[in-house]
Amino acid sequence: MGRRLTTWRIHLMELIGTVLRLIWELAVYLFTVVPDLLPIILALATPLALGALCGVLNERSGIVNIGIEGIMLVAAFFGYLTGFAFHDAIGSGPSIALGILVAVLVGALLGLLHAWLTISVRADQIIAGTMMNIAAFGMTGYLNRLIITPSGLGGAGVIAPFHLPDAIANLPVVGPILVMFLEQGPIAMSVLFIVLGLQFALFRTRWGLRTRAVGEHPKAADTVGIDVYRQRYLNVILGCALAGLAGAYLTLESTGSFQNGMTNGRGFIALAAMIFGRWTPIGAFGGALLFGTATALGVVVSIRVPAGDLGTLMQSIPNEWYQALPYLITIVILAGVVGRSTPPAADGVPYVKEGKG
Amino acid sequence: MRRIWRVASIPLLAIVLAFIVAAVIIVISSIVTPTGFDLFLPLGAYGSLFAGAFGSGTGIVNTLVAAAPLILGGLAVGLGFKAGLFNIGVAGQFLVGAFAAAVAGANLAGAPTVLALPVAMVAGALGGAAFGFIPGFLKARTGAHEVVTTIMLNNAAVLLLTWAVNDLVRAPGFSFPRTGEIGNSALPVLLGRNLHLGIPLAVLTVFAVRWLLDRTTIGFEIRTVGQNPNAARYSGMRPIFITALTMTLSGMLAGIAGSIQMLGVIGFYAPGITGSVGFDSIAVALLGRSDPIGILFAAILFGAFRAGAPLMQIETSVPIEIIDIIQALVILFLAADLIVKRVFRVRADKPVISELATVARTWAGGSPPGGST
Amino acid sequence: MSDQPPVLEMRGITKRFPTGTLANEAIDLELRKGEIHALLGENGAGKSTLMNILYGLVTPDAGEIRIDGQPVVIRDPADAISRGIGMVHQHFMLIPVLSVAENVVLGQEIVRAGEILDLGEAATRISLLAKKLGFDIDPSSKIEQLSVGQQQRVEILKAIYRNARILVLDEPTAVLTPQETREIFEVLRRLRAEGASIIFISHKLDEVLEIADRITVIRRGKVVGSRTPTDCTENELAELMVGRAVSLRVDRGRSHPGDVMVEVSELRAKNDRGHEALQGVDLSVRAGEIVGIAGVAGNGQEELVEALIGLRRPTAGRIRLAGQDLTRASVETRRDRGIAFVPADRHRFGLVLTYPLDDNLALTRYAEHPFAGGFAGIVRNFRAITENAIRLIKEFDIRAPGPKVPASSLSGGNQQKVVVAREFRHDLKLLVLDQPTRGLDVGSIEFIHKQVIARRDDGVAIVLVSAELDEVLDLADRVLVMFRGRVVGVFPAEEAQREKVGLLMATGGDRS
Repeated sequence: MGRRLTTWRIHLMELIGTVLRLIWELAVYLFTVVPDLLPIILALATPLALGALCGVLNERSGIVNIGIEGIMLVAAFFGYLTGFAFHDAIGSGPSIALGILVAVLVGALLGLLHAWLTISVRADQIIAGTMMNIAAFGMTGYLNRLIITPSGLGGAGVIAPFHLPDAIANLPVVGPILVMFLEQGPIAMSVLFIVLGLQFALFRTRWGLRTRAVGEHPKAADTVGIDVYRQRYLNVILGCALAGLAGAYLTLESTGSFQNGMTNGRGFIALAAMIFGRWTPIGAFGGALLFGTATALGVVVSIRVPAGDLGTLMQSIPNEWYQALPYLITIVILAGVVGRSTPPAADGVPYVKEGKG
Repeated sequence: MRRIWRVASIPLLAIVLAFIVAAVIIVISSIVTPTGFDLFLPLGAYGSLFAGAFGSGTGIVNTLVAAAPLILGGLAVGLGFKAGLFNIGVAGQFLVGAFAAAVAGANLAGAPTVLALPVAMVAGALGGAAFGFIPGFLKARTGAHEVVTTIMLNNAAVLLLTWAVNDLVRAPGFSFPRTGEIGNSALPVLLGRNLHLGIPLAVLTVFAVRWLLDRTTIGFEIRTVGQNPNAARYSGMRPIFITALTMTLSGMLAGIAGSIQMLGVIGFYAPGITGSVGFDSIAVALLGRSDPIGILFAAILFGAFRAGAPLMQIETSVPIEIIDIIQALVILFLAADLIVKRVFRVRADKPVISELATVARTWAGGSPPGGST
Repeated sequence: MSDQPPVLEMRGITKRFPTGTLANEAIDLELRKGEIHALLGENGAGKSTLMNILYGLVTPDAGEIRIDGQPVVIRDPADAISRGIGMVHQHFMLIPVLSVAENVVLGQEIVRAGEILDLGEAATRISLLAKKLGFDIDPSSKIEQLSVGQQQRVEILKAIYRNARILVLDEPTAVLTPQETREIFEVLRRLRAEGASIIFISHKLDEVLEIADRITVIRRGKVVGSRTPTDCTENELAELMVGRAVSLRVDRGRSHPGDVMVEVSELRAKNDRGHEALQGVDLSVRAGEIVGIAGVAGNGQEELVEALIGLRRPTAGRIRLAGQDLTRASVETRRDRGIAFVPADRHRFGLVLTYPLDDNLALTRYAEHPFAGGFAGIVRNFRAITENAIRLIKEFDIRAPGPKVPASSLSGGNQQKVVVAREFRHDLKLLVLDQPTRGLDVGSIEFIHKQVIARRDDGVAIVLVSAELDEVLDLADRVLVMFRGRVVGVFPAEEAQREKVGLLMATGGDRS
């Protein structure tokens, strides 16, 4: 009895030792790959962050929008289609710029549709969003099969990311961070500024105050003469324009091609990032970076295999698990964070002016 | 009769309107096709669609075969709606159910059908139930909204089942990763080439769910939680338990849908069998107003679309995705019933289900339905 | 003086709601400069509708509004504000998570560079205004941190900040203690002295007689009379308001308390925001006794009743019913043991509005015999459910076309009777009543009060919570005062004077 207990104890000590060593190796590994990881993280976080900002703008004004996924997809498609159609005529660069503009406009237009449905027609907000997602999937699949697939041609390509001079990029500490934010295409580069701008606008401007008011207590806003419907329309359209920009990022800055259903749940991860960030722009950006990191890890492990036992262990984990990691992390974080954050009080509740007309 | 019209008029008119709008899309998009602008293309397309679905014995059988998983998937979504839950996870639960049924079926391929088939079906049902339980439990415990968690689980399911087929249960002797032959576990064919036992089973389930909802105290609890979670708590019900239970039952129905598709049609699980049952089920549940009988009719309709669409694409080159567009338009006109009422000048009951308000209210509600006890 | 036109005239105002109710029928109202004009009427008489029309929240079907003799059209609140109308709503129109300053300036923000908020300047202006009115309010504090009385002052500040000359107050005293009521009256008199014209909406006769210069009485959407406080009595006004002679006192007879039925000791519980709302409450109720709980809203009463019925889990302390410990028991167990509950918010808790009356009348007993049985006891018995409904509809005089109509189709009073009919069973041990008559007409209130007394005389222990101090004083055999999560005073009915209880409600006892 006593002997068995001792061996058991030895095994346990060995196990703990191994685990501690692996954790140490993981830390060292992460520390060494972080400089390479940072730009990837921001790149992966960009569509999530823009989608999450769309969610923040919508929900701060009281409108739930689960159609972000679909809006991103449609905007991605039309952005791509614009580049596809015009790059022979006007060249790659201008056609991409035009594509981004079209994607943003498409986003805004779909925002107008969502606003009209949920605010004016008072359709159920969740169903309107679901409709948007199904329609987006169908519409882009339909047009893809009709126009792009049979042509056998490619798109306008992507914008080459900006490159810092090596002297700056190699600076200790600051270097990698500058690389993270600046060695990017124009959309990823602008995300940080959009986040900071919206954070200021939401909490320090008249528009922001009114937005928060109609999202918290629309009737109170109504009684002081604020046009609740107008404010909500404005926010939904603005937000969805950002979702359109996220779509443009996918086809015109990141991949340079369009595949059916290529948003792959990003619109919903964005919503989780929004909730994680407690409905603030900076918080939502933080959430997007977190999910970006989860995805980046899977990417980097296959490119730069860590040495030793850690490498063996991490490579023994099947690729599919790395791919599923962001989805699983989203669930875990949502479950852990949701109860502790308070959404806008009137979020998802349609506002009806009584006794009018 | 007048009562039926009040209930059914908006769904029917929504379908009509969806077809009209889809026709406009077909006409406009015909400009970019090789054949050029064709004002009558929708007529041809819809004609082929109808012929493919109802034009022959085979067509009708195909329609019913396609309808069977939609009936069960529609019931899964509809049952969720009744409790104020939006299960967008039918796609994932369907896959897990199909996978479990395929694995169990392959293992029992040599056993007598009376043993193999029920075990494979139960395995699929339990797989779906377990996969529905996860978001149900999370919603009940933490308030994590099922709309996000089920979508994430859908994506995760596709990846993890791919891994499972590659690394865990890959059958030897095939050139691609797949599960083994199901042999005796297959659903018996009753009529024609492929009218299998799963179809009457799905219809039977319609009446079982109807009985559960309308006649039992559990159904009453589910509906009360959906209508007013606070009143449910006040009445001594446990919304937390009901939420987890309903999602589990919903997942189970989706799992059965996966099972009958696996054991009646597909025969083996291989990565990439995704299909459209997930989204179709949402449209079916909404069109059927989450009423089991309504779901039955709506599922047959969408089954017909799925059965007829391939012929339409072959004969008229109108992409199959027009079905998704029609589906979205149907949902649009159901949700925005005001449009239908304006266009057709009808008065009718509101087609969208009142429990949906609960779905939206708990969206960011943070706390689980009915507060924390 | 007399040739100067009234500040406000409303002529022939008529409003019918889509549901068919005629809320206002050809109402005339005239407000003179510098007067306090009371609008007196029962709940549901149409006072709020009339004022919502004045404020542009409701569009009238017919009628004319004149301000300073000029006809005006008020399409929305922005119009009303620009005409100098300010309104303090019964349910405050304040945003809890925003600061006082943000709430006050909302809609008329002070901005720099076209768009950027200048909250510092706003705070300065608000402090100045507050000082003028004698308010002590910090513009930077969040609304949710303020007491109900302070929130009301913020509402008044909001109106004055917008230069309101015509101030409408809808049931401003409903949530206040007698002391706070006196203070708000002082404020109103001060405003009147400075030339403001005030419409004061109430259904409380004594207050109207105290504060008003003139009184207009509305019943069922029509003006039924105008008086001045000097030429009428309380009884006359009551008859005018209700349409028949009413007894203003509840005839409650003598109570005959039995053994202690409920014992609550050292009870602690948190509210939804995680703050300790109950900080050690002791309470005992005897069979056949009504214990009334007085207190300003938000001092733990809600959490106490929720803990009693099992909707809120206590963090410490005990609840015993007839000697049995129920501290951790579920709602279901408590109902089985004989606890029933009439909630404050019948739409939130008490009813499922989309369900037919028969389901609602069995809602809290749906799983019991005879309402369920058969296979594993889960098959519902619709005959028993409908028969129960038919019996209760008759017994409680619920005005409804039948047991199958949805609860949403009933008037507020009849909806409340549905809840009362279901909860007031004969075999009860404890009945918890939270605001059982809020928002009801006098007839329904009388009916429910009689039922409460009848249950007490059956030997049921009753806990009554009400924001209406008068209701507590009228019905209770013993009065408890709650303040900040504690019981700060206990009075037998005969010693519970209005002033004494009110002072305790406001201060919790630790005054000067």
